Amino acid sequence: MHGKLVAYDGTEYEGVSFGAPTSVAGEVVFTTGMTGYPESLTDPSYAGQILVLTYPLVGNYGVPEKTKWESGRIHASALIVSSYNPTPSHYASTQSLSSWLKAEGVPGLEIKDTRALAQKIRTQGTMLGKVIVGKNGIALRDPNKENLVAKVSTKKIISKGKGERTCVLIDCGAKRNIERELLARGFRVTTVPWDCDIFKEKIPCDYLVVSNGPGDPKMCRETVAVIEKAMRKKIPILGICLGNQLLALAAGGDTYKLKFGHRGQNHPVKMEGTEKCFLTTQNHGFAITKAPRGFREWFKNANDGTNEGIIHRTRPWMSVQFHPESAPGPLDTEWVFDYFLARAGKKKPR
Amino acid sequence: MKRPLKKPRKVLVLGSGALKIGEAGEFDYSGSQAMKALKEEGVRTVLVNPNIATIQTSPLLADEIYFLPVDDYFVEKIIAKEKPDGVLLSFGGQTALNCGVVLEKRGIFKKYGVRVLGTPVRAIMLTEDREQFAAHLKALHIPVPPSGAATSVAQARKIAAHIGYPVMVRAAYVLGGQKSGVAENDAELGRIADAALSVSPQILVEKYLKHYKEIEYEVVRDRADNCVTVCNMENMDPLGIHTGESIVVAPSQTLTNEEYHALRKVSLTIVRSLGIIGECNVQYALHPNPRTKTLEYYVIEVNARLSRSSALASKATGYPLAYVAAKLGLGKLLADVPNQVTKTTGSFFEPALDYVAVKIPRWDLEKFRGAEERIGSAMKSVGEVMGIGRTFEEALQKAVRMLSGDVQGVTENGFAGKREVKHFLMVPTPKRLYAIAAALRNGMSVREIRAHTGIDPWFLYRIRHIVRSEQALARDPALSREKIVALKQLGFSDKRIGVVTGKSEEEIRKFRTSLGVFPSVFQIDTRAGEAPAQTNYLYLTYNGSHHDVKPLGGKSVMVLGSGPYHIGSSVEFDWSCVHTARALKKYGKKSVIVNCNPETVSTDYDMSDRLYFEDVCLETVLDIHDFERSGGVVISVGGQRPNNLAEKLDRYKIPVLGTRPKDIDRAEDRNKFSALCDSLGIPQPAWGSTDTLAEAEKFAESVGYPVLVRPSYVLSGSAMSVCVNARELEAYVRKAAFVNREHPVTISKFMVGAKEIELDAVAERGSVKVYAVSDHIENAGVHSGDATIVHPPQKVYMATEHQMLHIMRTLAKALMVTGPLNIQFLVKENRAYVIEMNLRASRTFPFISKVTGVNFAEKICASFYHKCTPVEIPYLNYVAVKSPQFSFSRLEGADPVLRVEMSSTGEVACFGADLGEALRASVIASTMSAHGEKKAVLLSLGGALNKERFLESAQKLAGAEFVIYATEATCAFLRGHGIGAELVHKEYQRKKPDVVGLIRDKEVGFVVNVSDETREPEQDIRKRVSDGYLIRRASADNHTPLFTDLQLARAFVDALTAYPLEKLQIKSWREYMGKTPVG
Repeated sequence: MHGKLVAYDGTEYEGVSFGAPTSVAGEVVFTTGMTGYPESLTDPSYAGQILVLTYPLVGNYGVPEKTKWESGRIHASALIVSSYNPTPSHYASTQSLSSWLKAEGVPGLEIKDTRALAQKIRTQGTMLGKVIVGKNGIALRDPNKENLVAKVSTKKIISKGKGERTCVLIDCGAKRNIERELLARGFRVTTVPWDCDIFKEKIPCDYLVVSNGPGDPKMCRETVAVIEKAMRKKIPILGICLGNQLLALAAGGDTYKLKFGHRGQNHPVKMEGTEKCFLTTQNHGFAITKAPRGFREWFKNANDGTNEGIIHRTRPWMSVQFHPESAPGPLDTEWVFDYFLARAGKKKPR
Repeated sequence: MKRPLKKPRKVLVLGSGALKIGEAGEFDYSGSQAMKALKEEGVRTVLVNPNIATIQTSPLLADEIYFLPVDDYFVEKIIAKEKPDGVLLSFGGQTALNCGVVLEKRGIFKKYGVRVLGTPVRAIMLTEDREQFAAHLKALHIPVPPSGAATSVAQARKIAAHIGYPVMVRAAYVLGGQKSGVAENDAELGRIADAALSVSPQILVEKYLKHYKEIEYEVVRDRADNCVTVCNMENMDPLGIHTGESIVVAPSQTLTNEEYHALRKVSLTIVRSLGIIGECNVQYALHPNPRTKTLEYYVIEVNARLSRSSALASKATGYPLAYVAAKLGLGKLLADVPNQVTKTTGSFFEPALDYVAVKIPRWDLEKFRGAEERIGSAMKSVGEVMGIGRTFEEALQKAVRMLSGDVQGVTENGFAGKREVKHFLMVPTPKRLYAIAAALRNGMSVREIRAHTGIDPWFLYRIRHIVRSEQALARDPALSREKIVALKQLGFSDKRIGVVTGKSEEEIRKFRTSLGVFPSVFQIDTRAGEAPAQTNYLYLTYNGSHHDVKPLGGKSVMVLGSGPYHIGSSVEFDWSCVHTARALKKYGKKSVIVNCNPETVSTDYDMSDRLYFEDVCLETVLDIHDFERSGGVVISVGGQRPNNLAEKLDRYKIPVLGTRPKDIDRAEDRNKFSALCDSLGIPQPAWGSTDTLAEAEKFAESVGYPVLVRPSYVLSGSAMSVCVNARELEAYVRKAAFVNREHPVTISKFMVGAKEIELDAVAERGSVKVYAVSDHIENAGVHSGDATIVHPPQKVYMATEHQMLHIMRTLAKALMVTGPLNIQFLVKENRAYVIEMNLRASRTFPFISKVTGVNFAEKICASFYHKCTPVEIPYLNYVAVKSPQFSFSRLEGADPVLRVEMSSTGEVACFGADLGEALRASVIASTMSAHGEKKAVLLSLGGALNKERFLESAQKLAGAEFVIYATEATCAFLRGHGIGAELVHKEYQRKKPDVVGLIRDKEVGFVVNVSDETREPEQDIRKRVSDGYLIRRASADNHTPLFTDLQLARAFVDALTAYPLEKLQIKSWREYMGKTPVG
């Protein structure tokens, strides 16, 4: 079945469908990671986005069982690849990528020249577009004007783990691996919705982790308010990706939209004041302008010099723009979790 | 935090010497990159490398070059003289590393205050000792295959009993997995362990991980502990096939994110634990289907240096690993080394690929009589190609075509029947890939093929996709635009589509181009299009619909490279290619190099204005030309492969620079050429042309045997043969008909006992502008690529030289030569006969250029633009000798004897005050032994004449107090002439001392084994294992220098007795030249 991608400017890219036969509109973004399509597709930060993979061979190892995903479902609006591989080979595969997309109602397109798409996006910036498979008749739509976080965040408060101390994870579209990393460090992890006022709800909170998530941080006023309260209560805070931007906003800083964002698994960040560099996974379209008062710049992107994290000069408040929980991507910054706990003065769990 | 160390002032760089199996062109690339990096930092470099054909030994890069053996004796002397304050050990392969380890152990670096830059020697030593290294990894909780080290067969058996069969046996401290193998039982273990112990004092017996995936990571680390993996690669062939023998894909295809990153993390842990500063490679065995459903892997190898894999990774990703490693060695940080591709970012990142690269090794096993065809854990391949595409199918089929230029894709295979297909599935050989395609066509299931081969179904399904697409085309051969695009996206060539649809390549091309179906030109930019890149590193793909770059137009000139290294086509052509491309700038031209060999310097994107990493074949060259609209194509500097395109390109009206294609044909077509010589009155051995056996026999009888038979358009004597009788002639003619149907064979009188002379020249519009004569030490009959070549010539009479020069001028004029020419002469009784002429840069061009100080490649380029000024080369006051490098020790079963068909894999050249000094050094450099400390020799001379002719040499050896061991007849002869020789029994006599035992026990420093050439020239060794063969094989297996040519043996004895080691001068190239060299 044929399909096409129609960009905001009317440019059309012909393709062959291998996903669900439906049409969607969204923001067209690309990622350069060479593995990890199940992780990316289930990453809630891709909500509202038509994801183009620049690595041309996709579907090679099928789809693993649900426990390996980064959330309960595919969040990307559509997937575009150069060549879909219909003959996956991996012991952990339970189904093909095509059948998964179909089951989840997500369109997938094979458009041979994905490189042209990446180049267009990099020159013109992230763009709106729509994937047409079957009937047209849908309008362009800017997901950044919607509160995507509200859509992808958990609706319930869930606690896991048996730790003595509790870490509250504000789910703005959290990847499961954040929770896994925290549980592995012996905490009780309470995951709460993005707009849950944990103080009003009297949820125990020894540490606060603000997750990644999709869209414009300025849509999350409620989350910012919770972070502000936590700061007043001097609770240790770690922000990840969107969480980085929200912490900055809570501390009086500002954010802006990047031209085409950072999406990939090979983004180098430099730790300020040291000779250390780390390779990170990134997936964000917004960034913070500069470290707010009381904070200093912690990391900087080695490619374009944009901010990649802030840390408070005295308090255990810190955040990173990249993904220390990886999945997909390099495992080089897992230490951020340990460092946060060390700074927060973690007591050994019994 | 470690402070940056002081930048060194002068750095010694060790090269890898001659190209050999397991250590080839990749080290020209890595050494060149390292020196470029040092030069940028203002550090002076001193290079030790006797490989004269390399680009690194050109004055472009190094400040001082020593054409001397990479051996601790010589290197110590060079250190004492040059007083460097730093040394780089990891850019010259195992040879440089081994030399460095010896120097470190002997305390030489400490004594002279030389700092080892980059990875510390102790880390290197740790990775080289398998047992210690396994213990190191175990301490880090990193799994290694259960194993044990042994120094005897009995010990090995004990370990095997403990681990359980099957086991893998490897030798420690050797390159390319030499003498290793899989043993299924005690008997097999005994055989393999014995062989491995002959090359190494220690062997490792380890668990054989059948059908595990083999995965590699290339890691770089800087002094501040910043560490990235630049590339990961997956071998299509499962574990058990050496990575150098495997089809390798970058990046990995069948690994999940979790697997990819778990192994990546282990790589970083290992590299950090070793304190690597620079580059390191980690190889894994990964279970394809673990019962535990969790990652199950073992580390199988770590190379703490630049390697074949790192060269491949550099080309596959565009990340210049060697360059970056050298900068790190100077104390730079990864983030501070600019990304050479984007120019805007740093080197601390991991390239994102938006294509796939497939490497296939090139073997030449059929060139070696008796060599075992099976491949396995030891390296036998002599070169490699890399295909780049946006589907695996596209990249794979490109790579297949790059290999030889003859096979059009995986579906082209001539298996006799299902039984043969199955055999080649079960037994890994160079044919396995084709057997897979044939089996799939025969309907065998992916599951069954996987069971036979252990290859992951992912790859098999892709090959099946190719096979099925071709079958569908055969069923319905009517072509449409959609159909042809789909086929091109799977990498089918026009020629193959033509074969399947019953059309010619030309017809398909016409049809395709009329529909506007052209490949896209894409950049390799390390960022998958994420950032704009300035890079000129390009490839073609049909999985695209735009071009990344704009055509260069008429000011550009395409320079065609040599394709994969193989016997007869090696780094020497890369030298010519690179220098010609660089010289184009002088004439206001932009160079566009086309080549597909990841081991080369020509495929470094900073050597040309544009690099197409593509096949050197008609379709691709036309496609690139259609896009670039280049002003011309240079086909004469990349060896035979591009040269063969001359006429075809002419037919498409593509301007070929230099000599006109129809004149090239008159030189290349042996019959036309012989006829031309006749018409010009140029003497040549009596010749005839034939395509029937009867005619050939009639001719041979009229001139008398032996005769030389040759097909046209060949390099390195492919399918060339000397026939001594009618039986051999018959066998040859049958075979030749198979090799080349387009051109008949030429048959000529083979002159016994003639001298062979090489003449290299550059002409412009028929007038010779510069030339150089060199002579062979061996008599004619040894292929010029295997001969020991001397410049200036030592044994050519003035009168003969005049004859040759006259012939050269006559031919150059007759063919209106512009550009290179090489003529080979036979000289008998002071009369010169022409045997061959090539209108392309010859193998000797870099040698001649560097020895004379006149860069012939630059002259070639000048001749194209009619700017070639004449140069007279004076008779030099020093001598240079080029010696061949053989790799027989790597080729189990092959007979190490020299013939008209070439078998050497590389070459070295050394200088000296006279022939003796240069030859002495050159033999040490090519054999990496024969220092002469073992003053004993084994002589086995066949035939009365050979004995007589060697007598004087034997007397010299005796006079120099050498112990002479000799076989029966030789011994009797020597004793008869008053030379005290010790009798050694031949193998069949079953008495001690025997020849093989003597060699194995390293009782002799070298072996002279000359066969009676009238009796034993071209026998099939499988029929009768001769004693000569056993002696030669034992020499190869035990790394004992072997001389099978009488002339060379005599010259060597002269050199050896005249030049004890300490008499060899430690003189740099510049010192010989008396000025800064320009070659």
